[in-house]
Amino acid sequence: MKSDRERVVITGVGLTAPNGNSLSEFRSNLLNGVSGVVPYSVRYFGETIAGLCNFEATRYQKRKELRVGTHAGSISIYCVNEAIADAGLQLDQDYARNRVGVFIGITEHGNVETENEIYELSKYDYQTKYWSHYHNPRTVANNPAGEVTLNLSLTGPHFTLGAACAAGNLGIVTGVQQVLLGEVDVAFAGGVSESPQTFGIFAAFASQTALASHEDPAKASRPFDMARNGIVVSEGGAIVVLERLDKAKARGAKIYGEIAGWCYNSDASDMVLPNPERQAECMKIAIQRAEMTPRDIDLINTHATGTPMGDVRECQAIAAVFDQTCDHTFVNNTKSFIGHCMGAAGALELVGNLPAFDDGIVHPTINVDELDPRCELPGLVLNQPREAGKINAILNNSFGMMGINCVLIVKRFEA
Amino acid sequence: MTRKEIFDALIEIVTEINPDEDWSTLTADESLRGKLESMDFLDVVMEIRKRYGIEVPEADYGKLGTMNSCVDYLFPKLSVK
Repeated sequence: MKSDRERVVITGVGLTAPNGNSLSEFRSNLLNGVSGVVPYSVRYFGETIAGLCNFEATRYQKRKELRVGTHAGSISIYCVNEAIADAGLQLDQDYARNRVGVFIGITEHGNVETENEIYELSKYDYQTKYWSHYHNPRTVANNPAGEVTLNLSLTGPHFTLGAACAAGNLGIVTGVQQVLLGEVDVAFAGGVSESPQTFGIFAAFASQTALASHEDPAKASRPFDMARNGIVVSEGGAIVVLERLDKAKARGAKIYGEIAGWCYNSDASDMVLPNPERQAECMKIAIQRAEMTPRDIDLINTHATGTPMGDVRECQAIAAVFDQTCDHTFVNNTKSFIGHCMGAAGALELVGNLPAFDDGIVHPTINVDELDPRCELPGLVLNQPREAGKINAILNNSFGMMGINCVLIVKRFEA
Repeated sequence: MTRKEIFDALIEIVTEINPDEDWSTLTADESLRGKLESMDFLDVVMEIRKRYGIEVPEADYGKLGTMNSCVDYLFPKLSVK
């Protein structure tokens, strides 16, 4: 039995998603089938679709900060401030600022800023004396987390986790570890993405024949459907407040859930094609570490991005872990609503499901008109939300290029 | 450009650099450097380069201390433009 000092809980959530700028708005839209994917035009690439956020950046940033900072930094600042407010946290009073850590997962960082700078340079015949002195602070890998510390005068540790599309989960896991190690008393952890601001990601996925298209943008992201044709590139962010249970109790915090277990590993088999054996292994180890069996998992939020091969392989991995005895294990997918929020994906998808502990509802995966038989998992919740009864444990999958896998399990908080 | 036009152009530049600051009350003898962070000042130098093609070498940064000194420095270079 773990002591309260060895238990870490989620006490606040801040987010911006293509279909919501708060957990309540996001959750409502996930339960009501509201997509956040819209038509989009990006430099050089042209017309496409994307999941874009519309948060009020000036709520927490001055106009100068917005001018000199990055979009990823701005998303991070918005999410952290919203998470602090949601947690009812009083910095200085509840925690000294040098005991606060910021740990943010990113798929990549610096592409947007570099593309912008080269575009500006093109107006000056590519003379490098016109290259901005802000380029370095904008493109250092720790920029999004560092901008948060500047915004809030936090003097504890900060860094980002480069973990492709497993980064959102890994950001939270790292926050948990830092709290348990005693490096910090409270962690602001999760993931962010500014990917749609770069043409390169669209062009690269198009070259890879993995960029989604559909005449109706809201139907373009369609994991598990026979007509799926790739990824919708999206931006967003989700940050959770992580505290030790004893400290959360002491300040009377609202508790969304308790971190139960996790695992991260590597496929070591291909740069982009996922490996279902390693994904299954990652899920199994996370479940073991949570001191659970697969039957204890009530909800699996899939990573599935809408690529023909990736979705099938994740379903193979899930089927290898969850057999027919798991008759109360529901499976859903959030990217069908918001596209692929890259570094934010894991964190956003987890927090969008946390309310299931309270309402017992599993949001669906939408846009499945004809289910791919290779993706036919028993508990798949298609197109309409499902009244699932009591949800005690959520397993969140996040996988990324270079074969990085991260599985995180959160359980209902029981005092 | 006249001295007045140079002054107004500088106000426009610093307003873009830091739009949160009220620059309308800045007097000609007030310290410009005192109201700008180090990176902001480099922005001023960059904007002068971009807008007018004028290079301000680092050795001359000290001559851009106040609005008046900025105008003094830039006037001979811009009066013919």
